[in-house]
Amino acid sequence: MLALKTRFNYLFTSTKGLILVAIALCAIISAFFGSLSGPMADLGVKSVIVKTFGIDLVEAEREGRLIILYHTIAMAVIAIETYMITDLIAMKENQRVQINSTITFGYLAAIFGGLPFAYWGTSWIMHGIYIAGLTLIFFAGSSLAYALWPWREEYKVKNKEYAHTKTGFNLERIAFFSVSIVTLASALFGAVPGSFYGNGFFTFLAENVVREPIKSTLQKSIIGHLHIMLALIAIACTLIICRYMDFKGILHKIAMPLMIVGSIVLSMGTWLVVPFEGVAHAVIYGGSTIAMLGALLLVIFSWNKLIREGLAEKGLKKGNFFQGVAALVRDPLKFGVTWQMVFMNFTVSGVGIFVAVKLDEIFRNWPFMDEKLILTGHWHILATLTATILLLYYADLAGLKGKARQWFGWSVIIFSDLAFGAVTVYEMKRLFIEEAYQQPVVNVTNLLGDIGLVVVLLALAALMVWRLIDLFKKNGRWSQEVHEKLESYVEEK
Amino acid sequence: MKKLTLLLISFIFILTACKPVDINAPAPVYDTGIDPNTWAFIPSGEFFSGQFNFETKIDYDYEMMVTHVTNQQFAEYLNEALKDGYIKIEGNEVVGYYPGDEFHDGRHEEEIPAGDYIHIPLDDPILRLDYDGQTFSAQTMWANHPMTMVSWFGAMAYCEFYDWRLPSELEWEKAARGSEDTRPYPWGETIARNNANLITSRDPFEDMSSFGSRTTPVGFYNGKTYDGYVTLDSSSPYGIYDMAGNVWEWTSNVYEEQHYRYLRGGSKDVYENYLRIWVRNSSIPTYTSPAFGFRCVK
Repeated sequence: MLALKTRFNYLFTSTKGLILVAIALCAIISAFFGSLSGPMADLGVKSVIVKTFGIDLVEAEREGRLIILYHTIAMAVIAIETYMITDLIAMKENQRVQINSTITFGYLAAIFGGLPFAYWGTSWIMHGIYIAGLTLIFFAGSSLAYALWPWREEYKVKNKEYAHTKTGFNLERIAFFSVSIVTLASALFGAVPGSFYGNGFFTFLAENVVREPIKSTLQKSIIGHLHIMLALIAIACTLIICRYMDFKGILHKIAMPLMIVGSIVLSMGTWLVVPFEGVAHAVIYGGSTIAMLGALLLVIFSWNKLIREGLAEKGLKKGNFFQGVAALVRDPLKFGVTWQMVFMNFTVSGVGIFVAVKLDEIFRNWPFMDEKLILTGHWHILATLTATILLLYYADLAGLKGKARQWFGWSVIIFSDLAFGAVTVYEMKRLFIEEAYQQPVVNVTNLLGDIGLVVVLLALAALMVWRLIDLFKKNGRWSQEVHEKLESYVEEK
Repeated sequence: MKKLTLLLISFIFILTACKPVDINAPAPVYDTGIDPNTWAFIPSGEFFSGQFNFETKIDYDYEMMVTHVTNQQFAEYLNEALKDGYIKIEGNEVVGYYPGDEFHDGRHEEEIPAGDYIHIPLDDPILRLDYDGQTFSAQTMWANHPMTMVSWFGAMAYCEFYDWRLPSELEWEKAARGSEDTRPYPWGETIARNNANLITSRDPFEDMSSFGSRTTPVGFYNGKTYDGYVTLDSSSPYGIYDMAGNVWEWTSNVYEEQHYRYLRGGSKDVYENYLRIWVRNSSIPTYTSPAFGFRCVK
């Protein structure tokens, strides 16, 4: 009994345990529900799963099911980011416990209410549990914003190398605070119109309405909501990586104001989509450019640091190009978290800008189904690349060392990039191949995409199994992690 | 060394998947027994439209072609219409006059002024018609397949030549769903591989390692067995075939502030969920595709 209690305490009260549970649930949900579409469906796995588990797939409810599925996964990811933030950023212990426990109940209720509602008959009791879960997460977010309030004397920077105001208030903390506030507002930006106009019944996927010239308030707010929520999850992830890499110095001092202004302007831009759609796009471009510039400075700092440390390990102060690259990539986990941000520019930001610039000239001359592929691929890649960054960070927290660290890190980086590169070629294929001749391109890109995703999922499964086995050991890693704080991985605070 | 061999094998495997596509690879010829010259009667009355089942009324009777317009039918039309001067050949295109749409300067709207517009491209190898400089004829292998590579202008001109018209989106939806229930597919609640020509149908006309999915003859999914390929009878409640899958079907609506035209029914290239009755595709009206066809109403 005591053994169970101590493990329960680890999994549901310690930061690393909470992150582990949330990642495991994300993995299980992705693997299980992923079998209902794509190649798994084609291979007949879908029908076996549907029959075995008694899943009720009403055709007219498909969009609603997907929306709930996205939300449950997103809530788990938001919980993971929250656990990281509450441990990385100074706050009172009672605040940390209250936020973590509230968001844990929240995302578990969202998952265990939402998924049965969506896939096993529309039980409104389950829907109530799902909504209660989302509400708890919102409440946890409000508590987080309160805990992050930056204008307290005790949270002023002690080390002047970190970005701060003239009076010493911590700009990184202000960035976290700003992101939490605009995230709460952006959550309402989806929830309120969704309830008011559709009462939750008129579900649609945003990518299906992009060509409608006169969009309803509901359509505009839902499109804005999904874009800003994904962007803010990515910005929060970037700020977490700033802490992980112990970002400081002059670049930190430039980057933090950019992250603050960028996230606020970007959010305001998406809220403006409803009343002033034309202007809103310009504001969104401005905000995202500013925020991305902040992320670029993190990448520069981080790569410089990795190269410097790598060379120092070999007793070198300066090295040639190849020594520099070798030093940069020697640790895939630390290199990967920022490399994936760079890669995001090729598969998400770059594609997005190209499509926006050439929309009328090229993409709106294609059938809608071809344009839709880009839209769907675009946000799936953004979401999953963000997830891989968090996963690489967690792998470091979980204590992966030696060859396992190298194999895991490089598997995630190489195969996720292979998958998303292939998906990008697939979604843009009409640029270089006509419909009648496309099948080999479709086959190759789908194959590479599937191989990439399968390897990443296998790497994740291996990590989870390793941690599961560890839980059966009396003095496993978990027994030390139960009291560990994430700050221990930040070199200087 | 082992790793290198594995990499090389994977690379060769991927390269071999890139062999050139023979779009004119032979296809089997089947008589489906469904006459493309027949029409189905659709009585006036209420039906459920859209994903959310809005009660909708069409207060007139109309008839719809039981199948897509075939290559054979379109070739015959081209010969008649060319002779009448209804259409003409300009360069490598068959073109015809369209009186234009009212322009509202909507967001992303492009003006469609009066003028000649493409009906079909003559130089596209995927076109299943032959033209000897005098006469059009359907390629024998594809004669009873849906006419594809036809623009919205071409589809509309065909229907209007015979004093018919393209169906509106609502007319199409009622014809596909019937008036009794809220079924997602023309034949009922669920879909199997052999209900329709879709990307997973594994019908005798496709080769997913090469040219991919191709059209099936009109009315193919009628319960018959073709060389061991068993089909399910998948007509709509009014006895109309291929209302899901095979080719997307042009519809007639011209909406304010947009130049796009809408297509319904899904095609040979998409998954099940795109074959649901309420799903819409759209395109500029000049676009021609091996996955776009049409049928008429009167």
